[in-house]
Amino acid sequence: MTRESPSARGALARIAREAWLVGGLPVLSIVAALVVGSVIILASELLLPNHAFDLLLPIKAYLALLDGSLGKESAIVNTLVSTTPLLLGGLAVAIGFKAGLFNIGAEGQFLMGALGAVAVGVAVSGAPPVVAIPVALGGGMLAGAAWGFIPGFLKAISGAHEVVTTIMLNYVARQVLAWAVTGPLAVPQSPSPVTYAVGNAAYPILVGRNGHLGILVAAAAVFVIWWLLYRTTLGFEIRTVGASSDAARYAGMRPRLLIILTMSLAGLLAGTAGAGVILGINHQMNSTFDTTVGFDSIAVALLARSNPLGVPFAALLFGAMRAGSGLMQIRAGIPVELIDVIQAMILLFLVAGPVLQRAFRLRGVRSDLGAPPPVPSEATV
Amino acid sequence: MVKPADVVVAPAIEMRGITKRYPGVVANDHIDLVVRPGEIHALLGENGAGKTTLMNVLYGLATPDEGEILLNGDPVHISGPADAISRGIDMVHQHFMLVPVLSVAENILLGLEPMSGPIFIDRNAARRRIVELGRRFGFEIDPDARVGSLSVGWQQRVEILKALYRNTRILVLDEPTAVLTPQETEEIFAVLRNLAAEGHSIVFISHKLYEVLEIADRITVIRRGRVVGERLPAETNEEDLAELMVGRGVELTIDRGTSHPGPVLLRVENLRVKDDRGNEVVRGVSMEIRAGEILGIAGVAGNGQDELVEALYGLRRPSGGSVTLRDAKVTGRSPRSMNEAGVGYVPADRQRFGLVLPFPIADNIVLTSYYRAPYARGIRRNDEAILAAAVESIDEFDVRTRSAEASARTLSGGNQQKVVVAREFGRDLSLLILDQPTRGLDVGSIEFIHRQVIGKRDAGTAVLLVSAELDEVLEMADRIAVMYRGEIVAVVDGRTADKNDVGILMATGGHGRPEAGQTGVAS
Repeated sequence: MTRESPSARGALARIAREAWLVGGLPVLSIVAALVVGSVIILASELLLPNHAFDLLLPIKAYLALLDGSLGKESAIVNTLVSTTPLLLGGLAVAIGFKAGLFNIGAEGQFLMGALGAVAVGVAVSGAPPVVAIPVALGGGMLAGAAWGFIPGFLKAISGAHEVVTTIMLNYVARQVLAWAVTGPLAVPQSPSPVTYAVGNAAYPILVGRNGHLGILVAAAAVFVIWWLLYRTTLGFEIRTVGASSDAARYAGMRPRLLIILTMSLAGLLAGTAGAGVILGINHQMNSTFDTTVGFDSIAVALLARSNPLGVPFAALLFGAMRAGSGLMQIRAGIPVELIDVIQAMILLFLVAGPVLQRAFRLRGVRSDLGAPPPVPSEATV
Repeated sequence: MVKPADVVVAPAIEMRGITKRYPGVVANDHIDLVVRPGEIHALLGENGAGKTTLMNVLYGLATPDEGEILLNGDPVHISGPADAISRGIDMVHQHFMLVPVLSVAENILLGLEPMSGPIFIDRNAARRRIVELGRRFGFEIDPDARVGSLSVGWQQRVEILKALYRNTRILVLDEPTAVLTPQETEEIFAVLRNLAAEGHSIVFISHKLYEVLEIADRITVIRRGRVVGERLPAETNEEDLAELMVGRGVELTIDRGTSHPGPVLLRVENLRVKDDRGNEVVRGVSMEIRAGEILGIAGVAGNGQDELVEALYGLRRPSGGSVTLRDAKVTGRSPRSMNEAGVGYVPADRQRFGLVLPFPIADNIVLTSYYRAPYARGIRRNDEAILAAAVESIDEFDVRTRSAEASARTLSGGNQQKVVVAREFGRDLSLLILDQPTRGLDVGSIEFIHRQVIGKRDAGTAVLLVSAELDEVLEMADRIAVMYRGEIVAVVDGRTADKNDVGILMATGGHGRPEAGQTGVAS
């Protein structure tokens, strides 16, 4: 067809508008962050002595990043593996947003999930995998859920704000972990504090060198959480509490109970992420076990605008950048920390969305496509 | 009162061909408005007709796409509220912009602190001027009174004084009487007349027809962004104005017919309820409502009505007393259990309690029944059943929307309330609790909702109608209980009650007049 009929054009325009409304701001934020990243690369070149200025270095760096994350099968598997905890963590934060809660505690919940998985996993390491894996995973999930339950419970009974309590519980989790690894779970007479391995509870490798079962667990979680939120009465209650807790009370729902439940569920998801890293990658825990998943998850959830179906895309983006950053450092000489800068920039632009829109409208984005996307009300704190 | 004379004097305001478009709507479509000096000019129109947009243009909050504004004959460009104020235009908003902990004088001086020149304001001179200004327009005000301790009517006077203090010549009042008792309304009208007599121009925004007829020198009616008529009060009447406003004939006072009260369905005995701060604001209320009867509760807002209603629906735990519904004790039951017992409730604040604005209309229709068959199967939602019910309700209750899946936020106020009404009325009820069911709605929507209420009454439901709108209570209720400071101070027959008497009871609790002997328990 050489010319589209008006109705087809109308349909296309409508689809484009819908896509813009959903993804416009996140996409613009990513683009803007990459531009800022280029400027930083160029600026850093100027500061380096004995370095020939290369205007194309940012492009070289980004191509290396792309190559390192998607260039070949092993790169893709690496990307999936680093996406997995971000995806589960992103869901943990997103479901909190849906209920009007800002869960900054994904980090603590992740760590407790990892601890739960290693503690239970070591105990069942001799059992057949078909028993050991679910039991160890369950241990991690429960530990994470318990760590989410606490701030939910505190908020429900006393109104203590979850931002404060989850941040504090992150520190507590770190200390509990250090105590467990050096104390009750430590291998005796080991030169450095470390636990036993989880043995048969380890996730099987499904693809490539390191593509473990956790990838499927995370994928299943996306569906389960989407289904829960949009296809069940419980999800309706969670979303109602998030949108208007007064209306929820009026409608006969129990906001306090739902807050406890949602926080526990969030903890369970983050705990699953922590369990996945232990059972799929580390197989044991040493005292240096740590994570940046907690804060990266907030970025993922914001980028996905708390939509469970958007979380995988946002997590993939961040996972790919993590996976590809090594090659970027080797090929272009750009430190992996640039990824942190780009992530931070994406967040900054997302939050400063309205400003960004105005700037882009000035550059002549068609007005019918430039309608402001709805503010992610669940994501505002 | 100065009548606009036919002398050739430049109008205080002339707005010519004002057009303001928002994406998808033309809020103002070539509106012409002429306000003469010393004139009280009423701007009449339904919600969403464009009154507020027009005034925002005048106040510099919105820039018109077309048209021009002339002040005293000179074309001007008003860049913002500060600019408007410096040109002598001020606005009294529906929600007062006062700081309750500050005194009257402090509120009036707020924002007038000198940016240059002398650092200190001569407070004594300012207070003297405030007192003098008040006297000039017919009231005595204490400049040192804390604003939070003043009644709503007096707070409004502070707002007006604030404008006068800044040498305002043109005063815009946005629905100034919405929160006032009839007596307070009369008093504020007297003030406005004095202002006009001194040559101030007043734009009076309202959708209350009788008020407009009483106070205005000239009436401009706006419908859907256009001026549809200009009238002098002498040559028009309520029916004519309502028809202009709505675009069709409207029954202003619904024929409530005769009620046939049956057995007592709701019995409230000595109910006591505390507010959020722990003060007892419902102090021993007793009342009965029969099947097929409307009991109206009249009272100035904040006399315990909200807490009473919340306690009846289980949103607030009573601190004493009992509630009996169909011979079953329901004191302190949860909202869900009240709902299941056949109680419908239209809350006063529909946007906060009655609706979840970002949710689709369909979800709002099942907001209280989403967990029951056929809307749920086990823990799964049955989206088809929900949608089908919503489409049916939208049709039955005439909700104007393009889709059941559009969010409730996209609806006008009247249609939002219709969604609440559809949800609460769309089943058999023992008791229907209505808290401010028509607040802020236009005459067309009010007529519709009143009809539905009468329909429910005739179907044998006991109806409790709480309204700050005395006319609504007088029009609808079979019996009227007047609530004052947490108590029911009088019960009068709804068909024979005198508006003034009830208004005085509302304002004074019956202590202001000797014939308060009609005080009694509502039964």
